[in-house]
Amino acid sequence: MAVVAPPSTDDRVTHRSVTATLLSRPEIGALLGVIIIAVIFLAAAPAFRSVDNIGTILYGSSTIGLMAVPVALLMIGGEFDLSAGVAVTTSGLAAALLSWNFGLNVWLGVFLALLISLAIGAFNGWLLHATGLPSFLVTLGTFFVLQGVNLAVTRLVTGGVSSNTISDMQGWNSAKAVFASSLKIGPVDLSITVLYWVLFTIVGGYLLLRTRAGNWIFAAGGDAAAARAVGVPVTRTKVLLFMGVGFGAWLTGMHMLFNYNNVQSGAGIGNEFIYIIAAVIGGCLLSGGYGSVVGASLGALIFGMTQLGISYAGWNPDWFKTFLGAMLLFACVANVYVKKKADQR
Amino acid sequence: MIRSNRAAAAALGVTVALSLAACSSSGGKPQATGDTGAAAGKANTPRMTIAMITHQQPGDTFWDIIRKGGEAAAQKDNVDLQYSNSNDASKQAQLIQAAIDKKVDGIAVTDPNTGAIGPTIKKAVNAGIPVTMFNAGGDDAFSLGALGYFGQNEKVSGRAAGERLKKEGAKNVLCVIQDQGQQQLEDRCDGVIAGLAGSGKVKRVYVNGADNSAVTSTLNARLTQDKSIDTVMTLGAPIALDAVKALSQGSSKAKVATFDTNKELVGAIQSGDVQWAVDQQPYLQGYLAVDALWLYNTNGNTIGGGQAVLTGPSFIDKSNIAKVAKYAEKGTR
Repeated sequence: MAVVAPPSTDDRVTHRSVTATLLSRPEIGALLGVIIIAVIFLAAAPAFRSVDNIGTILYGSSTIGLMAVPVALLMIGGEFDLSAGVAVTTSGLAAALLSWNFGLNVWLGVFLALLISLAIGAFNGWLLHATGLPSFLVTLGTFFVLQGVNLAVTRLVTGGVSSNTISDMQGWNSAKAVFASSLKIGPVDLSITVLYWVLFTIVGGYLLLRTRAGNWIFAAGGDAAAARAVGVPVTRTKVLLFMGVGFGAWLTGMHMLFNYNNVQSGAGIGNEFIYIIAAVIGGCLLSGGYGSVVGASLGALIFGMTQLGISYAGWNPDWFKTFLGAMLLFACVANVYVKKKADQR
Repeated sequence: MIRSNRAAAAALGVTVALSLAACSSSGGKPQATGDTGAAAGKANTPRMTIAMITHQQPGDTFWDIIRKGGEAAAQKDNVDLQYSNSNDASKQAQLIQAAIDKKVDGIAVTDPNTGAIGPTIKKAVNAGIPVTMFNAGGDDAFSLGALGYFGQNEKVSGRAAGERLKKEGAKNVLCVIQDQGQQQLEDRCDGVIAGLAGSGKVKRVYVNGADNSAVTSTLNARLTQDKSIDTVMTLGAPIALDAVKALSQGSSKAKVATFDTNKELVGAIQSGDVQWAVDQQPYLQGYLAVDALWLYNTNGNTIGGGQAVLTGPSFIDKSNIAKVAKYAEKGTR
């Protein structure tokens, strides 16, 4: 019987190779996806190769990315928000209708819309805690409620189905500069939403990986009971995560309002899945406790590139959703495969 | 193993035999013919790319006819027609932006919401891309800088429908709106009210046009609840067919009239299930929007002299259905 010498160091702290560490990151599948999609469209679509058009692609990605980042944080915290898509419309409508109906300064309407958006998030979180129902059901309820409120209140206030123009009201121009301006950098027209998106990604990534709150998010999503047992304020964390989604919905909603001058009451339905898809492509698990903010932003970039790339290439857009679905499956499989390989090293 | 192979072979044999024996002698995909209905010659002008961008709701048959018209013109004019659509105004604006980025040779676009889409259309015009508009947005077309507008004035056509209803003695009309948020549809109902001029009342009902069963059950409920409704005025062909279905399930004796047509609707007019349809000739809208761009790019022509070119309204009813039916079979009316 040969005696195996005990290893000189604890295997939990052995040094892993840089590649292994890199490959086990949750966003690796999304990064591969970004590279592959970019190569495909660079080859297929001449307009995709032109530097001038980077602004358009980044803009398309940013309107998704602004929501994908808080949605990813929420998913890592173990919850869904199906009301995220219509909440964007609710926020835009709230600002427009309140300002118009009461003759408020536009900035006051913007501020009230922020309160409403945060309140919707807090309500989602509170209801989740109070009822103990899965967030899928709770937010599905909010989704339908908001959809009805959007239509009914708009019709009550304006008599029509979209918000009235408020571009002649005080504060419109300065608010438009904040939420819907664009900068010219060389040949690239960069929308301000791209800056917000990058900022969101940096702040979200820092929050998740470098702070105690980030550890709480991972713990609350991984195993809420165990987290509670070691003193993590699970309920507070989740309510704040829902409010984070509310904040994202507000910023996106304000952009929609100030960039497109009015808000259609039926808009936004279905976008909640796009945010979730971006987060999942970026490596978030549906079960929570694992994922990445940078990955979600890469997921949004994939979405933006695909949406415009198909148009740039002149392909039949009927296939867009099919392409997206295939991309989602590919990213998920690649995530699992690469992670498994890396963990074996 | 051998057993299962045999079973598989047997199953395969049976499947092949069945599929050979099970050919239907009627229906199915027609044998290949000219697809867009207008198999004329082809221009020898240089190939150009035209983007057609609409606010089509996914699955609405009306737009197939528009698209066929656009494709027929594209085929004749040696044009590479790139179609895209979104009924979300902000996404439609992005699609227009993509066409500008691509530096296409022309853009044919519908404008259901000038506040949201207008600035991007103007951007295309300023970038030197010729733009035609069709189907929606006629009031704003020329101030945005479009070369021409091809469509009907929704209020005018609604009024024509209302006047006809008045003549037929309608007293209680249900106006069915299938896509909440489209100003065009609201305009049609407003027009119907104006045309009736107080001789009958009009109520609106909102349904989800993308879901036929929901439309049928909503209308059924409405007709049961208010027995005095004598006319159901729908604003799209698939919705009219749903209304016919809802009527067949209940006891209401209301009549159905509609805006727009498709192949099935023509059959319903022939059988008398639907009284008449207001036709705006969608094929013509798609065709002219593309053809006008070709004319402009190859010969500097514009159509309409700075005015909208009206493609409707005209009525299709039992008296002229035979002529239309022939073309509807091909999906071009």
